[in-house]
Amino acid sequence: MSDTKKMVIGWFSFTCCEDSTILLTELLNDHLDEWKKVVEFRYMRAIKTKNSIEGLDVAFIEGAISSDSQAKEVQKIRENTKYVIAIGSCACTGMPSASRNLFSNEALIQEKIQWYMSNFDYSQKVKKLEEVIKVDDKVMGCPMDANTFLEILQKYLAIFKVT
Amino acid sequence: MHSEDITIENITKIEGTAGLTIQIEDNTVKDLKFIIKDYRRFYTQAIKGKPYIAAPAFLSRICGTCSVAHLFAAITAVEKSQGIEVTAQTRLLRRLAYNGLMIRDHALHLYFFVLPDILGLDSILDIPDEDGNQGHILLHDSFDIKKLGSDITNVIIGAAIHAPYPTLGGFLKLPDPSKFPDLIQRLETIRPQVLRGIKTFFDWKEELVRNSDYLALRNEKGYDFLEGEIINSDGKRVPTQDFHHFMKSVVIPYSQAEGYVFSDTHEDYLVGALARVNFNKDVLNPRTKTDVAQYLSVFPSKNVYHNNLAQAIEILHCVDDAIDILKTIQITDEKVVRKPPQAGVGVGVIEAPRGILYHMAKINEKGIIEDYDVIVPTAQNQINIENDLKKYFNENLDKDRGKLKLDAEKIIRAYDPCMSCATNFLKIEWRES
Repeated sequence: MSDTKKMVIGWFSFTCCEDSTILLTELLNDHLDEWKKVVEFRYMRAIKTKNSIEGLDVAFIEGAISSDSQAKEVQKIRENTKYVIAIGSCACTGMPSASRNLFSNEALIQEKIQWYMSNFDYSQKVKKLEEVIKVDDKVMGCPMDANTFLEILQKYLAIFKVT
Repeated sequence: MHSEDITIENITKIEGTAGLTIQIEDNTVKDLKFIIKDYRRFYTQAIKGKPYIAAPAFLSRICGTCSVAHLFAAITAVEKSQGIEVTAQTRLLRRLAYNGLMIRDHALHLYFFVLPDILGLDSILDIPDEDGNQGHILLHDSFDIKKLGSDITNVIIGAAIHAPYPTLGGFLKLPDPSKFPDLIQRLETIRPQVLRGIKTFFDWKEELVRNSDYLALRNEKGYDFLEGEIINSDGKRVPTQDFHHFMKSVVIPYSQAEGYVFSDTHEDYLVGALARVNFNKDVLNPRTKTDVAQYLSVFPSKNVYHNNLAQAIEILHCVDDAIDILKTIQITDEKVVRKPPQAGVGVGVIEAPRGILYHMAKINEKGIIEDYDVIVPTAQNQINIENDLKKYFNENLDKDRGKLKLDAEKIIRAYDPCMSCATNFLKIEWRES
């Protein structure tokens, strides 16, 4: 086991289609062997069962925030990480997951939408990530732009002096 | 009387967020809930009032992993509503791109999500970096397989996720045939690696057998994900445009997605690779059939774990079908088929990686979407998953709780469920059960 210093990261998904997670799993085809040497994946539910949000260096957060419980969850992540990177269009802009923010009142009072809104803890508006917590960097795109993500990763590896 | 609750807050190594709660009383399962937790995005409401040309790219955003399935189902639904007939070349290129989707999507599920269960590990991250290690070999096989699947879609439709080239009536940009020889060579090279994966999933002797119905698309001309009729275990055939008449949606109050039961004869049903191989193994690519004959003998199967094996076999079928298409197709410079807007209703039913996917578009004479409906595989499988888990827990309550939780996750993972898909629309019609 190497005791080389690693950057501790978490990867989180909220309301979205998880396209950036899928893109990340594609990036792993070429980069997993190299990243395992410099990155500890402490939280990434898409590929591991034992996860922890304690002591993160960088949290990558995909998706918009649809509810108070999701808001509390990202606030907890924020408290446990040094940096937060918003990943993909829904986290950076809210859209397209925030489409219901644009619904007319007529659409919103539809019985079927109302059933979901009242049966679960939907917040009145879907929010982009920086409306809920401080965001340090963004990787735009739907899905995220792969090259920008790779640049951001290198930037934070340098900040944490991990090579 | 012994009573106990078992809870899995978040099931891991699946797409999206889901949980499981089991209430046990007197050594029997009193209540079991498979809970889909992703929040809805109401996309089928959001698309209303927009021009039909916008539907495919927007609805592709229902799902990151099977975006190509939603893209093609939406294109098909709108084309049918408009009476647009596409060319043979367009149909063949769509089929080729779809092979790329299936190869990548199945490989992600099988190797990144399921393989750690076979190896007794938490994650692919725990696979040793040793060249001779079987897990290491399979993981690196998966990198090659997934990448090749993505590259097929990159070449044919411009991207693996939210692809830009496919449009109503054809392609905005046609693929560059000079890239085909490299793809053919890589597809030939990858066959032994795919076969190694098939053997791995065949040799994994997990079993959960339960009677339920199966539904899949069937095309007598060949193994087809995009065209055919829907059949069930009783041999009933349903034209795709009538599919929703045979479904009964069921509100599941604790889940963000509704469930479905099929028409009349069965309480629940399964869609996905297991159903497809059960019904269609006779029409697999001939080369695939020859090379996997010993593994095909287990089908038709009622063992839900064989959904994994069926997906592995489908990867090889898609590899072989892609080789056949790439070797023979001659790309001609076709224009996109366009027609003035007309009022109409169209249905697109295709086999997404996880099973039957239904899109319905109702469009007015100005080309504006008046109504839209989507039924996804994971919503259809939801009741079947619960019934499988009830059977498993009732028969195994004497086992260690850690093993019960792990096995429950393995059963759910075998379905390859996708919560992103299951929670992004509104039903047009639903009935309390």
